Amino acid sequence: MFLKIIHACKTSKRKVQLSFCCMRSILSLSLSLSLSLSYFFFPFRHDIMKWNGWGYSDSRFLFNKKGQAEFTGKRYRLSGLILPSLKDWFEGTFGANLQHKSPATPALNVSAVPPPNLNESFVEELKAAGVALSQEPEDRVFRSHGHCLHEIFALREGRISRVPDLVVWPSCHNDVVKIVELACKHNVCLIPYGGGTSVSSALECPPEETRSIVSLDTSQMNRILWIDEKNLTAHVEAGIIGQDLERQLNESGYCTGHEPDSMEFSSLGGWVATRASGMKKNIYGNIEDLVVHIKMVTPRGVIEKSCQGPRMSTGPDIHHFIMGSEGTLGVVTEVTMKIRPVPEYQKYGSIVFPNFQQGVACLREVAKQRCAPASIRLMDNEQFQFGHALKPQVSSIFTSFLDGLKKFYITKFKGFDPHHLCVATLLFEGDREKVLQHEKQVYDIAAKFGGLAAGEDNGQRGYMLTFVIAYLRDLGMDYYVIGESFETSVPWDRVLDLCRNVKERIVRECKERGVQFPPLSTCRVTQTYDAGACVYFYFAFNYRGLSDPIHVYENVEHAAREEILANGGSLSHHHGVGKLRKEWMKEAVSTVGLGMLKSVKEYVDPSNIFGNRNLL
Amino acid sequence: RVYPALRPMTTGIGSSTPNPVLKKRDDFEDVLEERRNSSDLRYALRCYTPALYKGLVPCKASMLKSIVLQSDSLQYVVGQSREAVQEEAALLLEEMAHRLQLGTIRFFAFTLSKAFKALFRGVCVNEEGIQRLQQAIQEHPVVLLPSHRSYMDFLMMSYILYTYDLALPVIAAGMDFISMKFVGEMLRMSGAFFIRRSFGGDKLYWAVFSEYVKTMLRNGYAPIEFFLEGTRSRTGKSLTPKTGLLNIVMEPFFKGEVFDVNLVPVSISYERILEESLYARELLGVPKPKESTSGLLKARRILSEDYGSMHVYFGHPVSIRSLAQGHISRSQHNLLPRHIPQKPTADTQAFVNDTAFRLVRLQEENMVLKPWVLLATLLLQNPDGMDLSTLTEQADWLRRLALAFGAFLDWPDHEPCSKVISSSLALHKNLVCVSGGRVRLVVEELPGAESATEEAGFNRAVSVLSCASYRNQILHLFVRPALIAVAMQTANCSRKDEVFNCFNFLRNVFSNEFILCPGAAVQDFEEACYLLGKCGAVQELQQDLVMSQSGQTTLAFLCSVLDPFLQGYQVVFHTNTQKYRYVHTFTRFNVSTCVMILITAYTIKSRQTSPHSVQPLCAVFEVFSLLILSLTKSTKRSNKVPEKRTGKESDSVLWSTLKAVCVKTLVLI
Repeated sequence: MFLKIIHACKTSKRKVQLSFCCMRSILSLSLSLSLSLSYFFFPFRHDIMKWNGWGYSDSRFLFNKKGQAEFTGKRYRLSGLILPSLKDWFEGTFGANLQHKSPATPALNVSAVPPPNLNESFVEELKAAGVALSQEPEDRVFRSHGHCLHEIFALREGRISRVPDLVVWPSCHNDVVKIVELACKHNVCLIPYGGGTSVSSALECPPEETRSIVSLDTSQMNRILWIDEKNLTAHVEAGIIGQDLERQLNESGYCTGHEPDSMEFSSLGGWVATRASGMKKNIYGNIEDLVVHIKMVTPRGVIEKSCQGPRMSTGPDIHHFIMGSEGTLGVVTEVTMKIRPVPEYQKYGSIVFPNFQQGVACLREVAKQRCAPASIRLMDNEQFQFGHALKPQVSSIFTSFLDGLKKFYITKFKGFDPHHLCVATLLFEGDREKVLQHEKQVYDIAAKFGGLAAGEDNGQRGYMLTFVIAYLRDLGMDYYVIGESFETSVPWDRVLDLCRNVKERIVRECKERGVQFPPLSTCRVTQTYDAGACVYFYFAFNYRGLSDPIHVYENVEHAAREEILANGGSLSHHHGVGKLRKEWMKEAVSTVGLGMLKSVKEYVDPSNIFGNRNLL
Repeated sequence: RVYPALRPMTTGIGSSTPNPVLKKRDDFEDVLEERRNSSDLRYALRCYTPALYKGLVPCKASMLKSIVLQSDSLQYVVGQSREAVQEEAALLLEEMAHRLQLGTIRFFAFTLSKAFKALFRGVCVNEEGIQRLQQAIQEHPVVLLPSHRSYMDFLMMSYILYTYDLALPVIAAGMDFISMKFVGEMLRMSGAFFIRRSFGGDKLYWAVFSEYVKTMLRNGYAPIEFFLEGTRSRTGKSLTPKTGLLNIVMEPFFKGEVFDVNLVPVSISYERILEESLYARELLGVPKPKESTSGLLKARRILSEDYGSMHVYFGHPVSIRSLAQGHISRSQHNLLPRHIPQKPTADTQAFVNDTAFRLVRLQEENMVLKPWVLLATLLLQNPDGMDLSTLTEQADWLRRLALAFGAFLDWPDHEPCSKVISSSLALHKNLVCVSGGRVRLVVEELPGAESATEEAGFNRAVSVLSCASYRNQILHLFVRPALIAVAMQTANCSRKDEVFNCFNFLRNVFSNEFILCPGAAVQDFEEACYLLGKCGAVQELQQDLVMSQSGQTTLAFLCSVLDPFLQGYQVVFHTNTQKYRYVHTFTRFNVSTCVMILITAYTIKSRQTSPHSVQPLCAVFEVFSLLILSLTKSTKRSNKVPEKRTGKESDSVLWSTLKAVCVKTLVLI
């Protein structure tokens, strides 16, 4: 079976190379062709994705002529539905007005893209080696950014800064080895590119870089090379996108269980390079728990372990130099991951708490008893109301009557203050029987903290919010509202203090920096650990009246991060450091720690071929 | 810059405006006015619904105790399964805790209304400050920091907060009150909690106390009120602040347990202090009468006297967060569980200390000065009395000078100067008298004067000291320019850096005498230079600081303001090095105390022989009596903990000799 796959890969690879040169012209003529081919030839992913916003081009929020919000497309549960209360929430929360629009530049102005600074001999040798490449402005711009607010904002305004000079598409490990060799030979700067969902400025081209910058897009390395059912592992090329990996494994009855919020677009290599964390880590673990073997191509050569033993005592784990290296050491090409049989039964759930304190206390107890479901998240009151605003139009009077009844029960009968109550969303997975048992255990604990079970529907909607939130940011940006999320991890005893202080710091900083409207400053606890939790913040504000909103925004985010660090939170739980947070690295890992990392970089990549300048 | 080594600490308060004169102050409103026109009973029983802290964790006073006893930090100190210690902690808490009850407050509201109306012509409060406070209380936990000149202070604070429908404070009070029958409990029920004066090594006491205060702060239970100065100032000068409680209330912020804490300095100024002569006697060594209910009842005769008006100024809330910005790294607490007590780092200690000084200065700045303060200043510089006309003339000059320096002077604008002065003199008729157009200090003449010279000297000292306590109220205004004036005189050269060096030296010498923020020498120097330049006394050139032609009077006046202190100190240091080397074993303060007393006698003698080295009598008295006071204290303390002191016997011998000397000195005068 293994051999067969490899063979298939080889033939398909040749096909890509042969057809590649003429591909662009054909595709630009025929969109439908490009769509049908895009499954195999991902370089054209941007034909189905926005060039200046989140996600698929066909999926977006908009306010229709009646002023009602709707979500277009067919891809999501929310697609095609009307969201009647979003407008009121949006206007009420941000002081925004549908009359005041701030639309994006509709199309990329190709002439604004700086001409490529090519290393001709490098390009020649690459072509000779048969590696697919492009210097089209669209391709280069698409790979010049992640999804930080300032990156997207600039694109919407049509501002283009330094972009890669060339995009290359290796189709297998050996292609990468060749590219890296050539890059070393010709002193070219390589920036690995996976799914492009970075939120740490990791993909930004350093403006001070004078060499030719080559974006190494791993999207063609997207095959599952083999599945080992005896050891429950799968060997996968690192360019595969999360949802494709899960879907393809599901076809064989397996899953990895790794579901970061960005899994629709982020890649396996990206997860490894940033130390990603998935929603269901309570069952499956974070990326460091899932990985069995990594192969990475560096300027010094290929680094990998010699066996697939489940745990080793062979000095410091070299995987930990790779995981979190953020593309500064090399390109991850292949990964062996643990897989699990697809769970028999899944059940969502939700719990309402009278206030956030009680909710956190409950999560702490759940973590203490080590009985956390696949996922357990606690939204604060603002986020609960936000989630509520995303409720689609109810289908019948009966449902709306039921909703009213529920609300009455919780606020009047149980005495919960609607301005303080908060909601935990849950996801259980496993055998049906065990799930039900588990569910009861968690609800029993919740009851001790005043929690009331609030139904599956609320739970499911909570998780849906995760996938559409990035689309919502684009909607906000159409109406003078900008926002971002950031995260941290923190010991249990500091969770409440950190949440309160960071939220308040955001409000205060906005006020001091002249933001005219109160900001949305909200948080949720998204992961529980034995010794602490992961906390996620959303922060957005209406920037009407500000001359330089991005500058204000960046200052506030900077202040919020300082506040996090001052309150005992970490620099990042899973987003990574990139260039956005590297000023705090020394403080975070000590001078000696940073020196250690630097010396590794110095050895592995002495001429800074992987020159994205992240992390260090 | 000539003096770059001394970077001032800029923390945002007081230092933001280069021109301290431009300080805008709020208007006052008399709270007694309404009391005089409507029913006190209805007032005491009215609906009281204060705005509360937005993050308030509702809890009863009794619940507070159990929260404290079960807190991690207390459990840590108590240790596991040690019931005896746990019980002791509960007892300590019982002794300490307040039992704030609205009923008691209403009782006080009624009785105090009656008392205040009898005592004061008016109680003036800045209502804008009240509004700011109301806002602050809702946003963050609030700490009220009033100045402390009288027992009346904390009663007045609660009274005013009740009047304006603000959250009632819990007040840190000395253990002395608890011994008062009935009254102690009444105070407890009106929000006072009691702390022992000293509990140096007692870890359990410290743990219980600090956790109690922090719990109230974190939960936003009530504004916490305490006196930075630690005790009532007997001299009218602000005392150097104590930082213990300030440390405690800042810790929740440093550890991230609250977002911010608002510190609100409150300046309470009295036209006539109730304890006036009591303080003077205390300074002269008569022990403080013990707080007792019977004493309180006896003191009711004061109700028949006129104490003028009083002013309560609520300053701008100072955010600890903005103060600490850039000075304190809160992440230093990241690696240790927060309930484990940690000694504050040197940085933290310095920050708290600096903040304490700044807050006391903020109190000083908003103290209202009455015309009488100016008169006392002038009269003490002319101990033999002054012609009323000269006094009027000079008072008017001093008024203008004080205003130029940014004084918060309550001088009726529409009245002629002479009228203002005569009414001031009338109010303080127990201290001054006007006879034959001459104003002089009153000294009670006793029958049988021949034999009672000692008594007469004592009485004279009392009135001079009482007078000095009013003069001292203005010192904070003049001290910095006065230091420059003296520095210019001693520097022997007009080079700015030379003058600064002298200034800095003097400033260090007086660092315990006046409120001089540590590390703010450059800032103080520049501020004082600016003031002197503004009133035309000096000219600031590129490199030099020169006296201008018209500056003579001002500079001479400023020098004479500082003179008593300067001379006193000079003599101390002189004798200390020459004669009494053996006193090294004493603490630093005591050295100066002992020696000063001897020196006083010495200076007074020399004054009689050389009339040119005239120094105001009052200064000698004052320095002198301060010393006696501290000496009394130190001997008291040494009696309590004899094992801690070495050379105890020689100490007491010295004490008795000194006592003899000072009695003699009094007789001399």
